[in-house]
Amino acid sequence: MFDTFLLESIINGILLGGVLALLALGLNLVFGVIDVVWICYAELVMIGMYTIWWLFVFYGLPLPVAIGAGIAVVALLGVLLHILVIQPVLGTAPINQLLVTGGVLFFLQAAATLVFGIEFRNLGVRMPVVEFGDMFFSFARILAFATALVGVLLLWLFLTRSYLGTAIRAISQDREIMPLMGVDPRRIYLITSAIGGGMAGVAASLLVLQYDVHPAIGLSFGPITFMVCVMGGLGNMLGGFVAAFVFAQFISVGGYFFQIEWGYVIAFAFFIAMMFIRPKGLFSR
Amino acid sequence: MDKRILAVLGIAALAAVPQFGLGNYHLHLLITVLIWGFVYTSWSVMGRFGMVSLGHGAFLGVGGYVVTMLWNSFGLTPWVGIPIAIVLSMTMALLVGYPCFRFRIVGHYFALVTLALGEVVRLTIVGLRDQTGGSLGMTVEGVPGGTSFLALQFGERATFFYLALIVWAAGLWVWRMVDRSMLRYALEASSEDEDAAASVGVNVTRAKLMITMLSAGMTTIGGALYAQYQMYINPETISGIGISLQIVFAVIAGGLFTQLGPTVGAMFTLLLAETLRVTFGHDIHGLDGTIYGLLLVLFIIYMPKGITGSIAAGLVRRRGAPGAAPAAATH
Repeated sequence: MFDTFLLESIINGILLGGVLALLALGLNLVFGVIDVVWICYAELVMIGMYTIWWLFVFYGLPLPVAIGAGIAVVALLGVLLHILVIQPVLGTAPINQLLVTGGVLFFLQAAATLVFGIEFRNLGVRMPVVEFGDMFFSFARILAFATALVGVLLLWLFLTRSYLGTAIRAISQDREIMPLMGVDPRRIYLITSAIGGGMAGVAASLLVLQYDVHPAIGLSFGPITFMVCVMGGLGNMLGGFVAAFVFAQFISVGGYFFQIEWGYVIAFAFFIAMMFIRPKGLFSR
Repeated sequence: MDKRILAVLGIAALAAVPQFGLGNYHLHLLITVLIWGFVYTSWSVMGRFGMVSLGHGAFLGVGGYVVTMLWNSFGLTPWVGIPIAIVLSMTMALLVGYPCFRFRIVGHYFALVTLALGEVVRLTIVGLRDQTGGSLGMTVEGVPGGTSFLALQFGERATFFYLALIVWAAGLWVWRMVDRSMLRYALEASSEDEDAAASVGVNVTRAKLMITMLSAGMTTIGGALYAQYQMYINPETISGIGISLQIVFAVIAGGLFTQLGPTVGAMFTLLLAETLRVTFGHDIHGLDGTIYGLLLVLFIIYMPKGITGSIAAGLVRRRGAPGAAPAAATH
């Protein structure tokens, strides 16, 4: 029997996959180049969401302007994070680099509580619902999916077609040789942090259209972003892209058959199982 | 020998504390430090060998929830419930740990796999809302009169203090046993270079599994103890990333490589939280957390050895002889 609701949740899963792919992209880029996992990545997204909300609701700026400013703010935040927090620990044990951004996670979460309070905020923008056959899809999700695809494409073009992008890829392949070739790694790291932050900002602008923002929102999609990146192979962008869609299907279809938490439980359990089959990611060589 | 005397004296002094007529508040702080000091010690038992788990909330959650659910639904005493929870936790650690260590999942990957484990347990607790109360949490059913040895409930705070003290001291003892065992050398070698360790006859997978299961079992006891003390548990406060990261940070702040480091970390984080809470009150939401997060970042950047580690290093420098390092700082 053909099940419309199942089809609807499969397509919704694909749409969700687009957002996850975008989220994973920035994190993967930063890891691939700087070799640091930003545990606070989802919190950067949260700050971006708040910035957009604040500019749009309080200052009454047009939404596109607010979104542009939000992306710029998070990109700047990525640079600051790198200069103030990552740089001092670059030479130390890798686990310190992981934990220090965990400290930033607590800091940003509490700072957001301090500034914005614990209320759930939303833009108050009504997004139309798209009806197709008997199925309903949120326009915000379709928009997010399309933007994610465009974002992935643009980043890919930048990394493969531009001089700077080539330097970034080169340094991710060999950290020791590239400085000898006349590439300044510090500059590359800063640019990468800015792009990684910018990606978080783009993700924020798409999420703020769909979800209410509150200080703990990072915890609800942070873990899933890490899982997507690890399953695709940390630093492997194509892997992360595919893994995002696999994960989204588990969450969406699992949530359709059971409850939404069980969708997540199945996705995480699948992740743990996959780690044993392909420890270095789906597309490891 | 004098170290052993010192330890006995220290614990005797602690045991005498409730006799001085401390108020309930201070006794509560002490019990909290002891329980968390034990949990943090349990984490550091494996964490000191470079196996950084971001998922110990999973074991805390199993400890708290399994014991409470067995007691509330079937009236099964925690004295039986805790061993059941320990077996469950250890099985979980085995199931996830074996493939991890077999396939050399280390560093970032290990941390993130354990993080997923913590989330699985948290979401399972939330998902089983008919049995666990979901995000609202769950109350341990009290016995009439408030005190029952069988139910591991003590209306008198001082009694609970002694229980926590015994568990905490046992935790330190386990830490010391591991510190003096061959397992320690095997694991230190493995954390440096797995291939080299394996080539001299270390069974890396087995050594890592043993320490992980030990740590998981201890953490489960900590979770159960916490539930019995607070009489209320909640998936967010007992499992999930928040608490798992808190464990790691407290240990880093206190000192990862010293016996008393995790306990000092528990004291430090609790004092900090209480001071900030008392100073700023609850009127300004998030101020205490902001300062806490800032301090954590500064700690990791400027004091990666933690409080006890830095003191120990300072002592060594003053004596001018590296060999004269206090035994507590052996690493």
